[in-house]
Amino acid sequence: MPKNPNVKRVMVIGSGPIVIGQAAEFDYAGTQACRSLKEEGIEVILVNSNPATIMTDRDIADKVYIEPLTVKVLEQIIEKEQPDSILPTLGGQAGLNLGMELEESGFLAKHNVKLLGTTATTIRNAEGRQEFKDLMERIGEPVAASQVVETVEDGVAFTETIGYPVVLRPAYTLGGSGGGIAHNKVELEEILENGLRLSRVGQVLVERCIAGWKEIEYEVMRDSAGNCITVCNMENIDPVGVHTGDSIVVAPSQTLSDKEYQMLRTSALKIISELQITGGCNVQFALHPTSFEYCVIEVNPRVSRSSALASKATGYPIAKVAAKIALGYTLDEIKNAITKKTYASFEPALDYCVVKIPRLPFDKFITAKRTLTTQMKATGEVMSICDNFEGALMKAIRSLEQHVDCLRSYDFSKLTIEELRDRLAIVDDQRIWVIAEALRKGMSEEEINEITKIDIWFIDKIAILTEMEHALETEELTPELLKEAKRMEFPDNVIARLTGKKESEIVALRYENGIRAVYKMVDTCAAEFEAHTPYYYSVYGGECEAKRTSGKKKVLVLGSGPIRIGQGIEFDYCSVHATWAFAKAGYETIIINNNPETVSTDFDIADKLYFEPLTIEDVRSIVDIEKPDGAVVQFGGQTAIKLTQGLMEMGVPILGTQAKDVDAAEDRELFDEILEQTGIPRAAGGTVYTAEEAKAVANRLGYPVLVRPSYVLGGQGMQIAISDAEIEEFMAVINRIAQDHPILVDKYLMGKEVEVDAVCDGTDILIPGIMEHVERTGVHSGDSISVYPAHTIGKLVKDKIADYTEKLAKALHVKGLINIQFIAIGEDVYVIEVNPRSSRTVPYISKVTGIPIVDLATEVILGKTIKELGYEPGLQPEAKYYAIKMPVFSFEKIRGAEISLGPEMKSTGECLGIAKTFHEALYKAFLGSGVNLPKYRNMIMTVKDADKGEAIEIGRRFEKLGYTIYATRSTAAALNEAGVKARKVNKISQESPTVMDLILGHKIDVVIDTPTQGRDKHRDGFLIRRTSIETGVNVITAMDTARALVSSLENKAQSEKLELIDIAKL
Amino acid sequence: MKAFLILEDGTVFAGTHIGAEKEVISEIVFNTSMAGYLEVLTDPSYAGQAVCMTYPLIGNYGICEEDKESLKPWPDGFIVRELSRRPSNFRCDVSIQDFLNENDVPGIAGIDTRALTKILREKGTMNGMITTKEYANLDEVLPKIKAYVTGKVVEKVTCKEKYVVEASKSLEDNGPISGMARFDKEKYLAGEREKKPSLVSELNGTGLKVALMDFGAKANIAKSLAARGCQVTVYPALTSAEEILKDAPDGIMLSNGPGDPKECTSVIQEIKKLYDTDTPIFAICLGHQLMALATGADTYKLKYGHRGGNHPVKDFATGRVYISSQNHGYVVDTEKLDANVAIPAFCNVNDGTNEGLAYVGKNVFTVQFHPEACPGPQDSGYLFDRFIEMMRKAKAGEKVDASKLYGRAGEGNDAAETMKGEVR
Repeated sequence: MPKNPNVKRVMVIGSGPIVIGQAAEFDYAGTQACRSLKEEGIEVILVNSNPATIMTDRDIADKVYIEPLTVKVLEQIIEKEQPDSILPTLGGQAGLNLGMELEESGFLAKHNVKLLGTTATTIRNAEGRQEFKDLMERIGEPVAASQVVETVEDGVAFTETIGYPVVLRPAYTLGGSGGGIAHNKVELEEILENGLRLSRVGQVLVERCIAGWKEIEYEVMRDSAGNCITVCNMENIDPVGVHTGDSIVVAPSQTLSDKEYQMLRTSALKIISELQITGGCNVQFALHPTSFEYCVIEVNPRVSRSSALASKATGYPIAKVAAKIALGYTLDEIKNAITKKTYASFEPALDYCVVKIPRLPFDKFITAKRTLTTQMKATGEVMSICDNFEGALMKAIRSLEQHVDCLRSYDFSKLTIEELRDRLAIVDDQRIWVIAEALRKGMSEEEINEITKIDIWFIDKIAILTEMEHALETEELTPELLKEAKRMEFPDNVIARLTGKKESEIVALRYENGIRAVYKMVDTCAAEFEAHTPYYYSVYGGECEAKRTSGKKKVLVLGSGPIRIGQGIEFDYCSVHATWAFAKAGYETIIINNNPETVSTDFDIADKLYFEPLTIEDVRSIVDIEKPDGAVVQFGGQTAIKLTQGLMEMGVPILGTQAKDVDAAEDRELFDEILEQTGIPRAAGGTVYTAEEAKAVANRLGYPVLVRPSYVLGGQGMQIAISDAEIEEFMAVINRIAQDHPILVDKYLMGKEVEVDAVCDGTDILIPGIMEHVERTGVHSGDSISVYPAHTIGKLVKDKIADYTEKLAKALHVKGLINIQFIAIGEDVYVIEVNPRSSRTVPYISKVTGIPIVDLATEVILGKTIKELGYEPGLQPEAKYYAIKMPVFSFEKIRGAEISLGPEMKSTGECLGIAKTFHEALYKAFLGSGVNLPKYRNMIMTVKDADKGEAIEIGRRFEKLGYTIYATRSTAAALNEAGVKARKVNKISQESPTVMDLILGHKIDVVIDTPTQGRDKHRDGFLIRRTSIETGVNVITAMDTARALVSSLENKAQSEKLELIDIAKL
Repeated sequence: MKAFLILEDGTVFAGTHIGAEKEVISEIVFNTSMAGYLEVLTDPSYAGQAVCMTYPLIGNYGICEEDKESLKPWPDGFIVRELSRRPSNFRCDVSIQDFLNENDVPGIAGIDTRALTKILREKGTMNGMITTKEYANLDEVLPKIKAYVTGKVVEKVTCKEKYVVEASKSLEDNGPISGMARFDKEKYLAGEREKKPSLVSELNGTGLKVALMDFGAKANIAKSLAARGCQVTVYPALTSAEEILKDAPDGIMLSNGPGDPKECTSVIQEIKKLYDTDTPIFAICLGHQLMALATGADTYKLKYGHRGGNHPVKDFATGRVYISSQNHGYVVDTEKLDANVAIPAFCNVNDGTNEGLAYVGKNVFTVQFHPEACPGPQDSGYLFDRFIEMMRKAKAGEKVDASKLYGRAGEGNDAAETMKGEVR
C-alpha cells in the first residue's frame, strides 16, 4: 500500500525531559522518525519540552515547540498549527499518554486530527491492564494469574487466593514507577497504596510472581496490511524480577532452542496481529526455565528503550520504518537502508553477540539501595558487539566508565564461601562480580544457578573468564595465551595486572605477534547480502572489513558514552552537530561511541561508526586502521577529554583547544597562574590528597568550604563541609576510588551563580548569552534553574563577565568551545570553574539564541574566524524572550536516595520554559517539569534557622495565593510571629497526626524543606523528603527555588493562556 | 587439534578440529539461522554439502533428541565459529560435540565464518575440504576438491520402506509446544494447567489420508499434517505413481530433498503421472522443483542459495508477506514458465526469485520454502490448512483450479530480471 495522500501535516509528540525509564532513546527514535517523515515531504510540527535533544533542532522539524507537554498546551498547538494527524507512538509513555488523553476527550475528532499508526483502541487494549488480560485470554495467550485492583483491600483479597509473592504493576506509568514485588501483607499494602496513587487511572495489576523465569523480549513490526516481522529477540541474563532496563541483556537469545524461540516468536506475532498494531511493538515474555510454559508479561505498543537497543543491535532502523508504516507504506515497500538491496520486510540475521549493561546511578546516590527490582533505576546503558559472549561482556564492562574493566574490579575476595552464598542472593548491580568470585572460590555452577536463577550457560561463560584470569596469573604469557585472552577482549592493562608485566610490554608482545583488533560490519543479514553502511565492531582474529579510506581529510569524533547524571544527552547533541559540521566542511567523519540510546550511534550520522568502548586501547586499535588527520574531544564530555593524552601519544593531532590548555584549566597551580596573569579573582583554596591536608586548608580558609575531586563532571563527590568531621567523612568517600588527581578545597562563596558558553577562535570570542542561576552558589549548576538572559545582574557585571571570559579563553588558547561558571557578589565577579569544552547548556543556549554554537566551534576549529563566519565578536545582543532551563529529577525511582540539592549534581534531565516575560517562562518551565499547581492549596514548610527570614516572605506570598501552610514547630513559630498564618504539625517521633501523616494524606501540593547546612543527617528531614517524593508530592530544598515557584504561581493566577513560541523561527 | 578448510579457489582457513576425525570434500554452503542448528544438521536436504553456520555461537542448548528432523545428521561437515563448552537447556540430551562424534560428522571451529560467508556470497557456492592434515602443496588437493559433485543424493536419504505417521486424535496429542492457554483459577489451584497447542487450532484434517513422497523429508512435514488430523503414509522416493495411487490417498505431498532436481529423472516421470490424476498435490522445496520440471519448466542453480530463517516471501493470493524458513540452492526459472501450465504463487521479496507455483486447471500448488519450519518461523504453516481444504473440496467432488485461487499471472518475471550474476 503506498503512502496515504491525506497525511500532509503531522504533529510529533516527544517524550519530554529525561528521567529514569524515559531517556535519550526517544530523542534517537524521534529524530529518526522526523527525518523519515520529512523525507516523504511531510510537514512536521514537533512538540517536546526537552531543549537538550536533537529532535528539537530547527532543521529536524518544520515547526518546533519546546513547550510543556500537557494536554492544554498540545490543544493550543493543534488549534494554532492545524495538523491533519498526530504521531504519539514515538515519544515514549509520556507521548502515548498525551495522545490518548487528546483522543479520549474527543478533541482530536473535533479538530479532524487522526492518530497515526496504532489506534486508540489498540493502545487501550495493550496498556489497560484488564483489557490486555482479557484480550490475551481471548486469543489463548497465557498471562500470569492476575487481577487489576483499584483498592488496597481488593489487592490483598486477591493475593490471598493466589499466594505470595506477587508482582505489582501500576497502569500507565513509565519505567515501572511505583511497582515492586511484595512478599508479605505489609509490603503489599505499602507498595499497592503508593502504586494506586502514581497510576494515571488509579489501577494496579496484582500478578502471580514469576520471578526467576527467563525473561525474553521480542521487537516486532507490523504494517497496515498485516505483515509482521520480528526485528530481534533479546534474553535478559537477570531472570524475571529485575526490570529489563536494569538487566544485563544479550541479543539474540542464547539459551533458547529453536522450538522455544519460534514458540515465543509466533506468540509475539499473534499478539501484535490481534492488537492490530501498525508500527513497532515490544513483547516481553517470561519463560519457565524447565518447561515450555510461558507468560506474556507486557506489550508496549510503541517504540521503546528496547526498540532503540534492538535497532542498534541489528542495524534495523525501527523508528524510521515505524514512521513510514504510519504514513501507510507496507514493509515490502520500504527499502532496507543498510543493504539497499533488500526490503524492510525481512528479519535481521545476526552473526555476532550483543551485550547491554545498564548504567546505574549508585555512584551518585551513595545512600541509595543498590538492589534491582521491577522498578527501573538505570540512567543509561552501554552496548557492545563481539563474535563471542565473553568478549562482548568484557567490552561492555569497560564501556561503563565506572572504574570497572574486568570481573575483578569489585573485590569480593575477602568474603567466605558462606558469605558469598548470602551475597549471591542479593540482586544488585554487582552480581556478576559476585558470581565470578564465587566461581573462583570453587562454588559449582549448579549452586550459583540455584541461588541466582541465572542460566548456567551465562555462569559458565563467566567461569571461562575467571579461568582466563587464572591462566594469565599462573602461566607463562605465550602468544597463544595472549591471543586467546584478547579474543575474550581482556584489555591490555588487565592482562598486564594479571601477568605482572607492564602494559607497554603487553602491547609490544601483541604487535610483534600480529595480535590486533579487526573490524566486522553490522549488516542486518549475516553477510548474506552486500552492505553499504559502515557500522563496525571489533573482534580479535579474522579478516578486517574496515578499510582505511583516503582522499578526504578524516576526523575522529569521540562520543560521550552512557548517559549518566552529570553527562547526559547534551553531549550527544554536541557530538552529532560537530560531526555534521565536519561533514559539511568536507571531512570524512568517524564516530566512536558505545551508547545504544543515542542519535550519534545511528548508522547514518557519520561516514563511519565504530561501536566500541571509549578507552585508550580501543581507540588506538581504530586509529591504527583509520589513521585520522585529527581527533576532536571537546564535544564528548569528560569521556572524550580523558582520551586526549592517549590520542596525542598515538600521534593523532587534537583539533581545537590543546591538551596542555585543558590541563591548565583543571590543574590548580597552572590555573592559579593564569588567574594571576589575567587579574581574575577566585575563591581562595588549595589542593590536597589526604584528610589531614584538607583539614589544614579548610581551617586556614575558614568554614564552610567546598571539597571536590578534580577532572570530574557533574560535581561528582563535591560537598560543602562545615566542620573537620565532615571533611573527614567526605574525603573518605572521595578516596574510596583511587584518585589520579588532587582534591580541591575552596572557600565557599555565597552569591549569584552565572554561566557562560562561548566560542573562541584564538583572537576573538563569541558569547551567545549569559545565563543566571536562580539558586545561589552551593547548588550544582546542572541542578539549578537557569535563566537566559540574566535579568538580575547589571551591565557592569555583564561586561566584567564578558571581559573575564575573553581573557580566560585567550589565556587558555581556546579554539572552539569554553564554558565558565562565575559567582557574582555585588559588583564583584569570581571565577568558579572553567571547562574548555562543550557543556550541558550548549544545546539550550543555541536554541534560544538561534546561534549554532557547535557548528561555529567546529568551523573555528577548522581555521575559520568568528568574523569570517559573519558574527560580530563579543557578547551578543539579548534575545526578546526569556528562556528558562528547569532541572528534572528522578528521585522517586531511586529508593533511599538523598534528594536535597547541593554541589553534587542529581538531576537526570531538563525542560525549557520560553516566553516573553520572565514569570511566564518560569511558569512554563515548572509546568514542563511536572509541577502543575495549585491543586489542593496545602503546603508544608520546614526550614533551617538561616532560612527563616526568607521563609516568611515566601510563606506570605503562598498565603496570598490561598495556601494553607503547615509547618514544623520552629518554622511555624517564626511564620506566625511575622503574621503569616501557619499550623504547627508534629515531628515524626511525636504523636499523630505528624508531618508524615499529612504527607501521606495526599492533600499536599508542595513541601519546602531546607536541610541543615552541609549534609543533613537529620533522620526526620530525610524521611520527610523521601516520603514526599515517593508519594508524588513536590519537594523543594532551596529557598530560591521556592521563591521561583511562588512567582510562577502568581503569574499563573494572572493569565491562564500561554503564548506558544516556534523555536524554528527564532 | 588443528583443522583446515580448503576451498576450491585455494583459500585456506585454519581452525580447530571438531567432531569425527576424517577428511571430507563437499559443497560448502552457509545457513543464517540463529537457532536451530540441530534441525539444520538433521535436515536431509543437506546431504552432499558441508554447512557453515553464520551465527557464531553454536551448541548453546546442546542436542534435544526430540527436535531432530530425521534420524541422523546428513551434512558431510559442520563449520562453526565457536562450539559452546557447556550446553544449557532443560531438554538437552547430549552436547553437540558428542553428537557430531557419535554420528561421524567431521567439522572445523574457530574460523572466521563471516569471511567464509562473504567468499561464498561473492564467488558463489563452491567445494571445499575439511581436513586435519596440513597440505604444503595445495595443487595436490585442489583438483580433487574441484572434481567433487554432489551426485544422486535423494536415493541416499529417502526411507527404505513405506511407513505410516498416525494422525493426532486430539489437540493435546500435539504437545509439548504449548503455553498455558488460559488462566482458570480453579483449575490452576487444583494443579491443572490447560494446554493448548500454539500452532494448530483444529483437527481439520481428520479422516484424510496423505501420501508423502520422501525425497529427504523433514520429520515436521508429516508431523504438521498429522497434527491437523491427517494420516500420513510416507513412501520411498523411487516408489511408482501406480503404487501410491493404489493406496487411494486424498492428497499427495512431495517433500523437500537434497541435490540438483534435474538428476531425479525417474522421479520426475512418476510425478508427471501423479500430476495427470486429479489428486490434490502440495509440494515443498525439491518437490516443488520436481513438479515444475515434470510439467515442462526449468530450474537453475542460484549463486549461493537461500538458507536461513529470515527470508520474506510474498503470497500472491493475499499480497501478504511471510517470513519463511529456506534451504535451497536451485530455483524454478519463471522466465521459462508456460503460463498455461503454472503461474507464480509466491516470490522472494529480497531477490524476486520464484517461491511457489499454482497450476492451471489443477488442484496442485507448490512452494520453494518450508512451511513446516524447524528451524525457522512458523508463519506459513497455514499452507497445510490450504492443502487440507483442497483435499476436502476434491473429496466433495469440487474441481479446484489452484491458479485461480493462489496464483497471479505475470508476476515474478520482472523481479527475477533484477538478479544479476546468477549462474544459469
